Amino acid sequence: MSNPLISARGLTKKFGDFTAVNGIDFDVYKGESFGFLGPNGAGKSTAMRIIGATSQRTSGTISILGKDPELHGPQIRAHLGVVPQQDNLDMQLSVAENLYIYGRYFGLSRKFVKGKVNELLAFAQLEEKRDAKVETLSGGMKRRLTIARALVSEPEILMLDEPTTGLDPQARHILWDRLFRLKEQGVTLLITTHFMDEAEQLCDRLIVMDKGSIMAEGSPASLIKNYATKEVLELRFGSDRNQEMGAKLRTMCERIEELPDRVLMYTEDGEALLEKIYSADLHPKTSLVRRSSLEDVFLRLTGRTLIE
Amino acid sequence: MSLTQIRQGSLVLVDAARVQSRGAFYVAQSRIRQMMTWIWLILGIAIANPILYLISVGIGLGGLIDKSVGPAGVDGVKYLTFLAPALLAQAAIQGTMDETVFPTIEGFKWHKTFYSMNATPLSGAQISYGVFLTALFRAFYTVVLYFGVMWAFGALESPRAWLAIPTAVFAGASFGALMQALAARLEDENIFFVVLGRFVMMPLFMFSGTFFPLTSMPFFLQWIGWISPLWHATELGRNLTYGHPISPTMMWVHFVFLGVMLVVGLYFSARIFTKRLAK
Amino acid sequence: MFIPMAVAIAEKRVGKLGERVYSGRVPQLLERGFIAFKSSTYMIVISGFVEPVLYLLSFGYGIGKLLPTITVGSETIKYAAFIAPALLATSAMNGAIYDSTMNVFFKLNHDRIYHGMLATSMGPLDVALGEIGWALLRGFSYACAFMAVIAPLGLVESVWGLLAIPAAVLIAFGFASCGMAVTSYMKSFQQLEIINMFLLPMFLFSGSFYPITVFPQWLQFTVNLMPLTHAINLVRGLCLGHINMALLSHALYFVVMIIIGLIFTTKRLNALFMK
Repeated sequence: MSNPLISARGLTKKFGDFTAVNGIDFDVYKGESFGFLGPNGAGKSTAMRIIGATSQRTSGTISILGKDPELHGPQIRAHLGVVPQQDNLDMQLSVAENLYIYGRYFGLSRKFVKGKVNELLAFAQLEEKRDAKVETLSGGMKRRLTIARALVSEPEILMLDEPTTGLDPQARHILWDRLFRLKEQGVTLLITTHFMDEAEQLCDRLIVMDKGSIMAEGSPASLIKNYATKEVLELRFGSDRNQEMGAKLRTMCERIEELPDRVLMYTEDGEALLEKIYSADLHPKTSLVRRSSLEDVFLRLTGRTLIE
Repeated sequence: MSLTQIRQGSLVLVDAARVQSRGAFYVAQSRIRQMMTWIWLILGIAIANPILYLISVGIGLGGLIDKSVGPAGVDGVKYLTFLAPALLAQAAIQGTMDETVFPTIEGFKWHKTFYSMNATPLSGAQISYGVFLTALFRAFYTVVLYFGVMWAFGALESPRAWLAIPTAVFAGASFGALMQALAARLEDENIFFVVLGRFVMMPLFMFSGTFFPLTSMPFFLQWIGWISPLWHATELGRNLTYGHPISPTMMWVHFVFLGVMLVVGLYFSARIFTKRLAK
Repeated sequence: MFIPMAVAIAEKRVGKLGERVYSGRVPQLLERGFIAFKSSTYMIVISGFVEPVLYLLSFGYGIGKLLPTITVGSETIKYAAFIAPALLATSAMNGAIYDSTMNVFFKLNHDRIYHGMLATSMGPLDVALGEIGWALLRGFSYACAFMAVIAPLGLVESVWGLLAIPAAVLIAFGFASCGMAVTSYMKSFQQLEIINMFLLPMFLFSGSFYPITVFPQWLQFTVNLMPLTHAINLVRGLCLGHINMALLSHALYFVVMIIIGLIFTTKRLNALFMK
């Protein structure tokens, strides 16, 4: 494999007594789509900001395209397109003006940026909103505009912090489609998310983070294979009975998780397990057989759910 | 695990008739409670403001003016005495305006608190009156403090000077009610603030006979004073604090002008509140 | 190897002075100012000019009737000519303070647009200078407009008065850079009110409407420490043609303000965005 674009060793960030990122190691290679999966407060955004050369690490090393962000902030940021968790579009400007002026902030020529703006409006499917004020856009449109804005300098690495948080399902799918296209063009994507479906959809490789540390690393498929069974049976017995029933079911499968609202049973064959439960004369109020997901991986690794 | 209990039912717990008759006071109560978190700052400004103005303009500039005009005085008195009642009325107007315009925009736009209030048995009109009552409260204590400072500066000559307190509050109420109605209609407040500050409040402050007799302005600018609640209140205040002469007709004109403004403002404010909340 | 344009541009600055905080993008930020300005309401634009004119009309005319002249040293001056320079200095201060406090606070905490700017290859000093630069352009145009009103009225007694325009820009620069520094430490709108609590007494006591020599010694001394007093003395000295070394010291006061303000603003923005 070629040299990594981004390489971190023992990367640590402390805010006073609080350790946000606790000695993590990772490498990101050109053209891959790399994810940070973890709940809110896991240290994902902090890690992103260190990579984005807008936050200084406490210790450890990091190199981005062979440079240290502490010494070469402006040069590194010129390589990056940043989509922050909270949109920070310029409310006083129109959609097209937002793209234009952002290109100018990189020092790009007027002529180049003007051409780029048209291209990006088409990419973000915002051509009709060209002269609209940003305030009038929907959440999904604002997000697409922020992504388009991050692309104005033709960055090699696009960094997306929680790209679809707060969007409705349809808007999320439109956004994912746009990100796939970028991936196809060979843009390196760096994504943080606390949605396991997003991580599964978008990431080639990811690290699972909790409380500042890396819990596991791998492709979504290999993580599921290593940390969960093929299928999961979800049962609900009513909020006061889940725990009691969990105790009875424990011997019937490889692993069981009792959550306040449901019981999760890990197994290679969900339907067969459900048959067994019915024949043991246990009657859940509802039952559902599904494939294991990254959510189950996280639960296994930390004993907690991703969204709390 | 603690769950909230929902078994009584709102019919038992909520006395809708009681809310209907006293709603405005409930609104005022909650607003005054909010005001109390800033009360020391508000009181501090309410005292510092008159002291600064009276020293700087009343005594500093006044000393030079008194020398320049000689024993005739300004309107027959010291400049400080002449200026003080105008500043008193201005303080009332500024106080009510701050306490009607900002909460109204906040309630409709910034925090949308009026919508959640309206989801209870409170009506739009009651919310409007509640905000207004709070503003009156603020105008009242601002004016009382101001009056105290005026007394300390020896700017009161007549024994019935204290009557200038209600007339100043009256002017504040009239203008505040009108501004509240305007603020309730607003969609874009940014322009409003600039227009209000620089094209309404500033000219009113400068051209209502505040710093010099209105008659010394060129005639074509005097109309600003005539339509200004500040001028009407200032005339009344000057009459009460040092006996500035006013004809009985003009006395009526001042009261009727402020009264009409108050009634119109309150009527439209309640109407606009109700309509906007129902939209 | 293909090198993206943005990268090539950023690489050019390597080794230059202050490369980590400054990327030479002030023109781009002024461009942003112009684009945003085009769609702003003209009412807001004129309003900045209206304020000093209203004061001049009201005080110059109304108070002028009660107090026709004022004596400065051995010279007797029309009252309007005495206050006009003070109003120019005060409006330069007010404009700069507004642009660098309210405006900046919103961009910093509400719209968060500086976060977006600093994710590009710009640095915090670019943002500070760009923002202040825009405030100065506005200040400059208001100063020119006000001059265009008072000069024909005969309220500028000396040709030195022309220098009052650059002086107003210098004053605005001082207030804007300190205003921005202070704002960058503010956490809420209520805290911004503190700035106003300084401005009013400063305005009332800095000799706008009469010479500060009417005050007792201790108050004169305090008033002489305040920046607006120096601003007024500088502009008044130029408009009345009283040229002396004192003017230089007033100007120097603002140069120091500019430097201190810029250092703190850059430091603070660095701390806020690079933490």
